Amino acid sequence: MSLLSIDTLSVAIDRGPRLLRGVSLSVSPGEVRGLVGESGAGKSMIGKTIFGVLPHRARVTGGAILFDGQNLLTLSPRARRQVRGTRMALIPQDPLTALNPSRRIGAQITDRLTKIMGEPKKTAEARARHLLAEVEMPDPDRVMAAYPHELSGGMRQRVLIAEAFAAEPALIVADEPTTALDVGVQKRILSLIAQMQARHGAALLFVTHDLGVVAKICQSVTVLFGGTVVEEGATADLLAAPKTDYTSALIAATPRYDRPGETLRPVPPRVTAELALAVEWADRRAGHAD
Amino acid sequence: MVELSGARPRASRPAPRLWLAGGWLALLALAALFAPFVAPHDPLAQDLFFNRLPPFFMEGAEPGYWLGTDSLGRDVLSRIIHGARIALIVALVAGVAACLLGATLGLLAGYFGGWTDRVISRIVDIWMAFPPVLFAILLVAVLGTGLLSVIVAIAVIDWTRFCRVVRAEAMQQRAMDYVASATVAGHSRWGTLVKEVLPNVMPAIIVLLSLEMGIAVIVEAILSFVNLSLSSDAPTWGGMISEGRTSIHQAWWVLVFPLVTLFLTVLAFSQFGEGLKNRFDPVLR
Repeated sequence: MSLLSIDTLSVAIDRGPRLLRGVSLSVSPGEVRGLVGESGAGKSMIGKTIFGVLPHRARVTGGAILFDGQNLLTLSPRARRQVRGTRMALIPQDPLTALNPSRRIGAQITDRLTKIMGEPKKTAEARARHLLAEVEMPDPDRVMAAYPHELSGGMRQRVLIAEAFAAEPALIVADEPTTALDVGVQKRILSLIAQMQARHGAALLFVTHDLGVVAKICQSVTVLFGGTVVEEGATADLLAAPKTDYTSALIAATPRYDRPGETLRPVPPRVTAELALAVEWADRRAGHAD
Repeated sequence: MVELSGARPRASRPAPRLWLAGGWLALLALAALFAPFVAPHDPLAQDLFFNRLPPFFMEGAEPGYWLGTDSLGRDVLSRIIHGARIALIVALVAGVAACLLGATLGLLAGYFGGWTDRVISRIVDIWMAFPPVLFAILLVAVLGTGLLSVIVAIAVIDWTRFCRVVRAEAMQQRAMDYVASATVAGHSRWGTLVKEVLPNVMPAIIVLLSLEMGIAVIVEAILSFVNLSLSSDAPTWGGMISEGRTSIHQAWWVLVFPLVTLFLTVLAFSQFGEGLKNRFDPVLR
């Protein structure tokens, strides 16, 4: 049985454009699934919907998010908060704004343990220290007492990874966790996330626009375009033999370190135009069906 | 591995402005607290034989009357010291009251947005359309003169200043990922508001509060000046300035000394706030 199963989820802005158009995907316990797409494909929106932090005016208009068999969308706010706090975590995109600038790192990591899980402060702090060491932070004691601005971007991302794993969640959503970092740090953070995932065994939904990253750490992948799923499958199969033009175009547009001479081909406008047309057509049909 | 930038604990930089301003305010507070013991004379005692005595450094000064006397022979220094009581009480109580009211509403408006924000913001807009000094005079005229009315008037008028700024700050903080992270981590909305948003709005609140205390001192002086604060006999800085104005050519000191005290006090409040903010803000600290 899958841990997270999203079923024909639709999200739209109030009296505005549709952001997700019946997306279905599932994540098994311990699985690492990549979620790829261009900007605006709705990949981050899926994460936001899971956590219930949709932007202003955006609403879920249909579908279900089953987590452990419970539909998160129909839970009471309190129950949902409980699930969110104890079973799920998020590794956010921008480490620079994801930590509260006026609170010490230690307090921010232990918050969830003490406030939501009800652990005593002492054990929570010991655990935070241990996690900081696990994410290869030098001198965990000093980091615990530091404020976010004293750390570099890469270090803050490590802190956020430690924080995400603190409560041993069953599911972690990583929302482009390496996008805001420079290339050298990206690789280290990526392998760190993979390493932590392997050690702790949480399922990981890895949101990214980079198929290279997917190839490296994801077992399976879902490709999104315009708020719909274009293709999904095991990473190796999908990359070796993509079934749709869009996926092959996306693969061709991904830079590869192992083939430096190869010229990159941007996704041809024909392919995106066809997809956009299909999406619009589906919208109209749905409109008629309503 | 990477090094933490800046060692901790760090020696904080000396802040002369904080100390100077704080020193002046502390001096004023002490003088106000122990006014009956510190003031050389009774601030209300009139002595027509000793009227319009010049301050100590001028010819014709009388020992004991350091800053001279006014046209009724009352000691200027003693009146300034007793006036500090009223000024500081108004600054503290009215400032804090305006701050509590305004900052609370501003936080709610900025953090919850939607209808809460619309209602609160419209009230602020309407409120700010009234000319503040006229509003104060009107309020005091309705409430009757007296210390409490002055305090109420200032708080009721000036909360909007806090509300506007705190709302904007709260909105800005709310858009930050760490607020979303707190929500994701399962914290309640109120918990997030108090734990995550408030500390980051605090520096702005502190600066505003200090400015507001300065403003409260000025407003009290204005109300005294137009005779709407306390009885005209009571030693207030504004009242002294108003009385001194009539004898400016014969006895400038009756006007100038309370004016300088008022000026220094308002300046000290704003500088003290700036200095405090820098201590509160972990990035500037």
